[in-house]
Amino acid sequence: MTDFTPWSALLGGSLIGIASGALLLFGGRRAGVSGIAGGLLRVRRGDLAWRLAFLAGLVAGASVFAALAGELADVEIEAQFATLAAGGLLVGFGTRLSGGCTSGHGVCGLSRGSIRSIAATALFMTAAAATVFVVRHVPGMAA
Amino acid sequence: MKHLPWVALASGTLFGLGLAVSGMTNPAKVLAFLDVAGRWDPSLALVMASALFFMAIAWRLHEHPSPAGWRAAQGAQAILPESGRVDASLVSGALLFGVGWGLVGYCPGPAFASLGHAGLKPLVFVLAMLAGMLLHRAWEARQRERRLSDARA
Repeated sequence: MTDFTPWSALLGGSLIGIASGALLLFGGRRAGVSGIAGGLLRVRRGDLAWRLAFLAGLVAGASVFAALAGELADVEIEAQFATLAAGGLLVGFGTRLSGGCTSGHGVCGLSRGSIRSIAATALFMTAAAATVFVVRHVPGMAA
Repeated sequence: MKHLPWVALASGTLFGLGLAVSGMTNPAKVLAFLDVAGRWDPSLALVMASALFFMAIAWRLHEHPSPAGWRAAQGAQAILPESGRVDASLVSGALLFGVGWGLVGYCPGPAFASLGHAGLKPLVFVLAMLAGMLLHRAWEARQRERRLSDARA
C-alpha cells in the first residue's frame, strides 16, 4: 500500500515529459522504452549507440536519485521470480506486438492524439487493472 | 547525427530521474494505482498527465518549427504519424502487455531504470522481457514465411 504523492508525481512526470520532448526536438527520436530496447535486438549499423546511451541514462538517473534520497527511494517488489519471468515475457512480447508501452503509446503517442496509441493505452491499462483485481480480490487467486 | 548518443544519454538520465522521483520505479506504487478496488493511489495518473503536457508542447514545436528552426537543431526530418489503424496485433499486444504489467508492476521504463539499485529482481524481469521481444521476432518471421508460402500455393 502506498500513499498518494501529488507533488512528486507532478515533478517526476514533468521531468519525463521534458526528457521525451528533448529527445524528439534535439534527436528526432521517440522516447518509447520498449521500442528503444527492441531495436537493440536487430543490429543495424549506427543505430545502437543512442539506444544504449538512453538506457544507460535511465539506469544512471534512477540510481542517482536512489543514492541521494535514501528511504524516499525504497521500493517493494512483491512478485517472486517465477512471476517476474512470466510478467517479463508477456511485457516483452506484448509491447513489440502492439508497437509500444507506457512511454511510447502512453506518453509519446497519446500526446499526439494517435488513435492507435489511445486504443493501446486504454487496453493495456484495463488489462493491467483487471489482472491486479483477479490476483488481489478474487477469492482463491490471491497470492 | 553525431550528437544523437549524447542527446539520448541526457534524455535517458532525465527520464530515469523522473521515474524515480515520481515513485514509478516502485512496483508497489504502480500496483496501488492499478488496484482500483483497493486503497487507490492515483499518483500514476498525475505522472502521465504532466508528462503528456510537456510532450504535447514538444510535438507542436516539432510539427510547426519556429523561425529559429527546431528542425535544424534536430538535424532530422519530421516523424510522420503512423498509419492509424487499430488492428488485431495492436489489440492483442496491448492486452498481453497489460497482463504482464499487472502481474509485476513493472513496465519497460521503470524495469530498466531499476537495474542499478533494486537488486536481482528487475534484472530477471528485464532478461525475460528481452527474451519476450526475441520470441516476438521469431514468431513474426514465421508468420511472414507462412503468408509467403500460402501466397505461392
